[in-house]
Amino acid sequence: MSIEQNIEETIKEQINSNPIILYMKGDPNQPQCGFSSQATQILMACGERFAYVDILSNPEIRANLPKISDWPTFPQLFIGGELVGGCDIMTELYQSGELKTLLAEVSATKAGEEKEAE
Amino acid sequence: MNLEQQMISKLQAEFEPEHLELLNESHMHAGIATDSHFNLLLVSQRFKDLKKVQRHQAVYKLLKKELSGPVHALALHLYSPDEWLAGKQEIHASPNCEGKNI
Repeated sequence: MSIEQNIEETIKEQINSNPIILYMKGDPNQPQCGFSSQATQILMACGERFAYVDILSNPEIRANLPKISDWPTFPQLFIGGELVGGCDIMTELYQSGELKTLLAEVSATKAGEEKEAE
Repeated sequence: MNLEQQMISKLQAEFEPEHLELLNESHMHAGIATDSHFNLLLVSQRFKDLKKVQRHQAVYKLLKKELSGPVHALALHLYSPDEWLAGKQEIHASPNCEGKNI
């Protein structure tokens, strides 16, 4: 497997195994860009746990994720394995209340699966 | 044609928008770049049956060259005419970036 294929596998694994995952610049405590900062604040306001990847410390992911997701910029939010969008879409969905519902649904599904597995 | 006009002409050709506003917000950001940050409002019939993420992907695809070059950030507000007329859609100011150009 080439390195590029490996990265692609890693990214797909991350996206599929985390119901809510944010690819961002910096980390939630110290975002390195205004858009990533706003995205983090929105997710925190919704109150569900989420995973994140700091693309500044993972340059291979930064280089390859845009090709997989057809999305050129960061942050990128994935819910339930699917790209939801960047900061603008998150803001619109947050303001309309849709984001909170979407996040709560996927978290509830995940919690249900874990309970079943016990 | 400067960068701004070039993007506008591409967007007009592709989306035949009923409404188009492209704001250059580069002054809000640090550094010497003057064509780096843009905020786009586009109202087009073409968005009617597309999800938000797909609308954005269509614009990103069209402006791929600009986005991989001088444009560092492009905020998008994309609506179908019906959504636009339903109102309450306004262009949101983008957050200031931290000026690190990363």
